[in-house]
Order: sequence, then structure tokens, then C-alpha cells
Amino acid sequence: MQVYRHRLITRIWHWVNALAVLVMIPSGLMIFNAHPRLYWGNYGANFDHAWLSLPRWPGWLTLPSTYDLAGARHWHLFFALVLAFSLLIYLLWSLANRHLQRDLRFRRDELSAAHLAGDLRAHWEMRFHDPEDPRAYNLFQKASYALVLFVLLPLLIFTGLALAPGMWPWLADLFGGRQSARSLHFIAMALLTGFVVVHLTLVILAGPVNEVRSMITGWWRSPEAEPGE
Amino acid sequence: MITRRGLIVTGGATLLAGCDAWSGSPVLLSAEDAHRYLQRSINGRAALAREFRPEQRSPRFRTNGTANPNTPEYNALAANRFADWRLQVGGLVARPLSLSLAQLRSLPQRAQITRHDCVEGWSAIGKWQGPRLETILRLAGLRDGARYIVFHCADAFGQRRIPYYESIDLVDAFHPQTILAWAMNDAPLGIGHGAPLRLRVERQLGYKHAKYVMRIEAVASLAGIGRGKGGFWEDIAGYEWYGGI
Repeated sequence: MQVYRHRLITRIWHWVNALAVLVMIPSGLMIFNAHPRLYWGNYGANFDHAWLSLPRWPGWLTLPSTYDLAGARHWHLFFALVLAFSLLIYLLWSLANRHLQRDLRFRRDELSAAHLAGDLRAHWEMRFHDPEDPRAYNLFQKASYALVLFVLLPLLIFTGLALAPGMWPWLADLFGGRQSARSLHFIAMALLTGFVVVHLTLVILAGPVNEVRSMITGWWRSPEAEPGE
Repeated sequence: MITRRGLIVTGGATLLAGCDAWSGSPVLLSAEDAHRYLQRSINGRAALAREFRPEQRSPRFRTNGTANPNTPEYNALAANRFADWRLQVGGLVARPLSLSLAQLRSLPQRAQITRHDCVEGWSAIGKWQGPRLETILRLAGLRDGARYIVFHCADAFGQRRIPYYESIDLVDAFHPQTILAWAMNDAPLGIGHGAPLRLRVERQLGYKHAKYVMRIEAVASLAGIGRGKGGFWEDIAGYEWYGGI
């Protein structure tokens, strides 16, 4: 059975956002390499207490691959605009076409302990789709997409903006100071990286060809239609 | 023999090298103007940078860039506590000036406790005092056509000993927090922090805050100064000229 799963705006945003994230994490790691220490508060430099001090990230994880703070900033600051404005457009559009309300809203019965345990067991047994309604996202899927859309990506955008000395001063205050904003920016990046790893793993487990095709064409084949099932 | 692993490694390396080469592409560089336009549109041209209370200052304010210009000319000026130093103000001005430290101190002063944000990511908070740049520019009188203010410095940086300079546009030159600081944390500016005079342009990154300022020049265009990108680090490394991001 073929199901029309992802609308055009969702597919476009997904790939634009994927590209932006793919550029911004490695270029951000290069920027981090210029001063690989993190602090809390308004100030923080070499003589101040760092809550995290890391070795520099290796070249195969950074963009550019050899030390180039200016080049990394060019990548990061260009794709920051792509990331922020594409998210803004996508969220407004998805409110208007009711994608968010219809597909990401938690229903009350889903939040019962029995349902949660059932979803967890289904994941463990690699059953990711409800045969009754194969188009619907399961609870963990909804929760992780909501976390990325409404928490991690906005947090990354606003903590990033707070680092700019020419930006609203209250934005850095909101996060407890510029160095706190920098720390939160890093933590949100680490969590987003965690999401990407889990997301890609589940795409592979759920059938990569079918999943990737559905994010390109929109059409997804529900498991019942797979040959041999 | 072509192996899959070999293909992935080679392909990955090619892709990375390709990306490295695009780091200075005009498309990416266009973001600087977009950020400047957006920041000034939504933030306002005269918006103030955060000012802090005295107890919020960094216990120790690290130095960065040149720690001492250490040229014979500079050392002679420093030996005499900069009594013979003069700030030259020229270029597209009606009345070129030559100002001593005592004259700069006798102008109306502004003191501010602000955060210094290095492009590398660290921040330090300190108190700065000096006359507003606007006061000096009004004394000299900008001529029609002046678009940028260039700061020529006493230090030459790096192994190739290239003279440090910086520039800002008139929006930031006339901003109330843009001052020429001769004092830091209630003491005369130390050599490590740019004695006798440094620029404070509070809504931009640290490399814009030229130290050891010797000469101010009003110009119509940045072409022909250094390599034409408006500052030492802009020329050498490709940092953004607009340091508000």
C-alpha cells in the first residue's frame, strides 16, 4: 500500500535543514577549536574557570579541515541564515497547513503508561508503524521531532544570535550571559548530533530505501505491502 | 584496486578539499552584508551594547594580538610616558588635528564597563574611558565624501611585520559608545592593552578595537589601504569587515 506521507514543503525543508546542519556542525567545531573552553556567565577567558575544556576536534570533523577560523565563520554565518529562515518559513507553513497540529500533537491516550510501554516494546521489536494507521508517527517519533523543531533548533538559533556583539543585548542576558549562551549553544549542538545519529540509525532499521524515497517523492510504502510479508 | 573503503575515503577527502576551497566564495561572503543589514534594521543603529557594574568585571583581562609594538619609535614614546605622542587626525577633514594625551583627557569624557568579545569565542569585561570619537570628528569636521574612519596603529603584527590598521563606517564612528580609550579600569592604558590610545567600538568583535592608535584618517573608500579589505585581519585572514557577528 502506498501512502502519501510527506508534503512538498516538509520534504524541501527537511533537505535544506539537513544540508545546513551538515555544514553548521563541522564549521561550528572549527570555531570551537579557536578557543576550546566553555564557561558560565557574562565573561570567560583563559584565566577564568572553564566548566569544560576539550582537546581540539580533528580535521576530518571540522570545516574547513585545517585551522581556518575565518573560513569556518563564513560557512557558519551563511548557513545560519539558511537554517533560521527555512525553519521560520517551515513552522509557519506547517501551522497553516495543520501538519503540526495533526501529526505532532500528543493524544491523551498515547500518554498512558500502558501505551508508552507498548510503544517501547514495539521499538525494541523493530515495529515502527501502527498497522491500523501506518501514516501516523509513534509517540517517541513525535516527541523527538517536537524536541528538534521547538526546542533544539530555536535554542541553537537564539543562543547563536546572542553571541553576536551587534545583536540585542537582552538576548545574551536571557541565557545568563554571553559565555553561558556559548555553552548552551554547544550543549544544544551535542543533543542535535545525538538526534541525527538516532534518526539515521532508525532510518536504516526501518528500511532506508523506502524511508529516503518517501522524503524525496513523498510516497511511502507501508510494511504490509513489502514483498514476502 | 578500487575498494569501496578506498572510494569512500578518497571521495570524502575530495569533498572536504572541495569544501575547503569554497570557504571564501562570494556566495558565503554575501552573508556578512545580510547580517549587517538585518542587525541594524532590527536592532537600531544607535542601540547600546550592554554596560555592566564594576563588580561584574573580569578579575583578569587577558591581552591579545600585539602585547608590545616594541619598535624604536614606540619604545621612545613609551619611555617618556607618551608625553611626546600625538594623535594625528587627517584625510577628508576640514581641520587636520594633532592632539596630545593631555588634550584628549581634557575633552568631554565617557566611561563604560563593557564586554570585549574575541572572534575566537572568549569574553572579558573591563572599564574604558576616553573622549567619544564623534567629539574628535566634529572638531576636525568631516568633509563631504568621507565614508569610513581608518585607524592606523603603531604595531606591526605577525612574522611579516605588517602594520595593524582597522576601519569602521560612520554609523559606528558616531555611535555614543565609540570612544578612544586612554584609561582602562581607572588606570592609564597599559602597553599590553594598547597604550596610549585604543579604539572601543562596543558592538563589534575584538579585532576591530584597534590598539596603539597613532593616526585617524577619514576616507571615501577602503581601496588602496593595506590590501583594501578594511583591516589587518580582514586582509590577512579574511575575517568579516563588519564585526557585529
